[in-house]
Amino acid sequence: MAATAHRPTARKRPAGAPTREPVRRRGRVIQWKGYLYALPALTVLTVFLLVPLGQLVQISLFHWDGISVSTWAGFDNYTEIARDPQLRAGFLHSFVLILFFSVIPIALALVLAAVTTRAGRLRGVSVFRAMIFLPQVVAMVVTATAWTAIYAPDGVLNTALRAIGLETVARPWLGDFSTALPAVGLIGTWLEIGLCLVLFIAGIGQIPAELYEAAKLDGAGPVREFFAVTLPGLRGQITVALTLTVIAALRTFDLVYVATHGGPGNATSLPAYEVYNRAFGTGQVGSACAIAVTLTAVILLLTFLITKVQPQEDET
Amino acid sequence: MISGRERAFNYAILTLFAALALLPLIGVVSSALTPAAESGPSFTWPHHLDLGNFSTAWRQGHFATYLTSSLLVALSVVLLTAVLAILAGFSFAHFDYPGRSVLFYVTLIGLMVPPEAFVIPLYFNLRDTGLTDSYWSLILPQTAQSLAFGVFWMRNFFRSVPVSVIEAARLDGASDWRLLWRILVPTSRPALLTMAMLVFMWTWNEFLLPLVMITDESKRTAPLGLAFFQSEHTTQYSVLAAASIIVALPVVASYVFLQRHFISGMLSGAVKG
Repeated sequence: MAATAHRPTARKRPAGAPTREPVRRRGRVIQWKGYLYALPALTVLTVFLLVPLGQLVQISLFHWDGISVSTWAGFDNYTEIARDPQLRAGFLHSFVLILFFSVIPIALALVLAAVTTRAGRLRGVSVFRAMIFLPQVVAMVVTATAWTAIYAPDGVLNTALRAIGLETVARPWLGDFSTALPAVGLIGTWLEIGLCLVLFIAGIGQIPAELYEAAKLDGAGPVREFFAVTLPGLRGQITVALTLTVIAALRTFDLVYVATHGGPGNATSLPAYEVYNRAFGTGQVGSACAIAVTLTAVILLLTFLITKVQPQEDET
Repeated sequence: MISGRERAFNYAILTLFAALALLPLIGVVSSALTPAAESGPSFTWPHHLDLGNFSTAWRQGHFATYLTSSLLVALSVVLLTAVLAILAGFSFAHFDYPGRSVLFYVTLIGLMVPPEAFVIPLYFNLRDTGLTDSYWSLILPQTAQSLAFGVFWMRNFFRSVPVSVIEAARLDGASDWRLLWRILVPTSRPALLTMAMLVFMWTWNEFLLPLVMITDESKRTAPLGLAFFQSEHTTQYSVLAAASIIVALPVVASYVFLQRHFISGMLSGAVKG
């Protein structure tokens, strides 16, 4: 979003163009009708999104079980996040997931996009693109059921491992304390690599061919070409990919709800899962709201940092 | 120019990654086609094709009910979002009034906050007004959330309409209302289609909101129904696989026909919070 939010906003009205609204050109008269057109959307947004958002912050300052009278908590619910090892672990797991959802897919997709530099011009590339992108549109619940079958004790993965004589490696991947989180992470890698690859292939298609020819004339090998031409040319796409995948990692809920329920123990518990669990499972609504506020703040902060670190570009 | 060797190599890479993306999904399809008797706890490859799992899943899982709920909710959200986003997008693109950009940025907040953030207060508000366990508890919040993207999307599109087109309409004496519905909306059909597809997909696939709002089994949406169905069918994967296909099919089928819209919409930076 951030990349597209900053489109040139100047109103292109040629001076002296014939118009029936001279007042508009002077820009003095308020066009009241504008409020009317925006009103229905703003009302729905306010009632069902903005007001609840405000209430979230409010509830996070109380101890509340959702039924009885709430009591003032101040910042207790927030300090609890820092103290409670389970909650701390949840946030830590999120950052592990960023590795699997963002860092690995982006790095892999960059290398792949670089070696297929001209892939955007191949025949039938749109068919490949559609297939590689498919995981993005399949409901997460379905993805989770597919992968639980792969990771099952007698699942495809273990069968394959046994077939090549690696029986000792075989294990119930989602039920094992040491492998559950990486196993969930790998599902994320599978989900996001297509998105990154499609983004980067499209981006490379937009890099002027002359730049590559110039690099070749300068005697640049494939590695130098990558760092001198491809990587700078993909800056905008990398920002978009980072934003999308980091948010996806931090927001992971459906996947964990269906595949592991946060288990084994709390090996795959995540903030979003804890929000749901505390608010609607264990009756710790205040605490759940504090986690939700923190999670939202982390998402906004990271989104902000990602777009700030990249030099501003007029990118579409 | 691309050399023959380079081209073959590029195709190989693309094929490999297309295969990796498709394999888990192919596993689901092949398991769903395996006769229940041959089915195991994981993917299976059928010796002969059998469509029985689909009818079993359909009957046992009440998917007719779930799909009806999902369809009703998704279509309502698409329709409501489209109308409200067209109006608001028009307002932000073509009118001049104090607070316009502030209001526009306020709508964008919805793009950045995750549903986890507002679902808790929303649940208690709707419970107090007796709206939980109704389709409204799914339709209205998801419309609100889709609006952030929809308004942003329509405003950008309306701004890209050449000024000359608008001036010509104004010279013909078209009112704002006519200008919007007779000129701008018809020219924005591709953008509208993209928006409708994305909102349909997001609403169809949404999981947290129905999980929180709906307890009445007859109002469960398809993904929610599937999650409950999964916890009841852990031993016979073929039936679960068939159910998964039933749930994924409406979105995947529209994706097959309109993939350009899906991909361009999602990549244009559509971060649905």
